[in-house]
Amino acid sequence: MSEPLDPECLPIRSTLDVVTARHAARELCERLGFGKADQTRLATAVSELARNVIQYAGEGRCLIEDGSDDRQRCIRVRIEDQGPGIRDLQQALTDGYSTSGGLGAGLPGTRRLVDEFQIESAPGSTRVTIALIKRR
Amino acid sequence: MRIPILQLDRILLVSIQVDLTDNDAMQFQSDLVERVAAIEALGVAIDITALDVVDSYMARVINDTANMVRLLGAEVVICGIQPFVALTLIEMGRGLLGADCAFNLGQALEMLKGRIAKRGDTRFVGDEDV
Ligand SMILES: Nc1ncnc2c1ncn2[C@@H]1O[C@H](COP(=O)(O)OP(=O)(O)OP(=O)(O)O)[C@@H](O)[C@H]1O
Ligand SMILES: [Mg+2]
Repeated sequence: MSEPLDPECLPIRSTLDVVTARHAARELCERLGFGKADQTRLATAVSELARNVIQYAGEGRCLIEDGSDDRQRCIRVRIEDQGPGIRDLQQALTDGYSTSGGLGAGLPGTRRLVDEFQIESAPGSTRVTIALIKRR
Repeated sequence: MRIPILQLDRILLVSIQVDLTDNDAMQFQSDLVERVAAIEALGVAIDITALDVVDSYMARVINDTANMVRLLGAEVVICGIQPFVALTLIEMGRGLLGADCAFNLGQALEMLKGRIAKRGDTRFVGDEDV
């Protein structure tokens, strides 16, 4: 078994960074042996979360890491910003809820795409952690 | 990054070949709508074979573009959606992508022609008497 790779930290400041972040996530996903469906799920999830950062917080960062051990393969992505935060998390996770006239599909959709989904938010900090996990 | 728009009589063909940034996507939308109006296109086929991610933003751009094209009076078909993209879109939420779809450009063209003919609009075949 190969050593887990160091986490990769990517800035998210422009819509180009959204593309870069989802590429990086897909690449590691592939390297860790996840299939095409999972690669697409993760890339899409990262795209949603990174876009939210640009849209609602202006900028932030994205950490992509290999969380695998002998029992499971795991890719974990943390996307965080220091923007205004989300006042009502439950509402934000509801399909169709959007404060920007969007589809309101980003957060609830992302949650359905991944195996682990955590969100913490307060004024000045929002952090979403997602993971795909596969037993060996 | 601009996406080339090909013209075949009064049908427009667009193949999105790269992963678009949001700005590229907006540019594509306005370029296409402008061309549709300029040539009074009867149909538009949008090929997204090369897109390996369609998130909710891109889905909205595609839907909006399709609706704009329809508002102008043209038929529109999306084609080439990757199986894993389709899977992800449905898992994310039903109804994210609402436009009519086909497997490939050839099929999309057939669909467009059929619909244009059904509308009684035969200009693209150059037959005035039907
Ligand atoms: N990083 C963030 N900081 C502050 N608010 C956020 C953040 N991410 C999401 N939100 C809030 O949560 C709401 C729901 O987000 P979600 O991504 O589900 O939908 P959307 O961005 O509005 O639309 P879509 O993603 O479908 O285009 C947003 O409208 C916004 O108010
Ligand atoms: Mg969003």
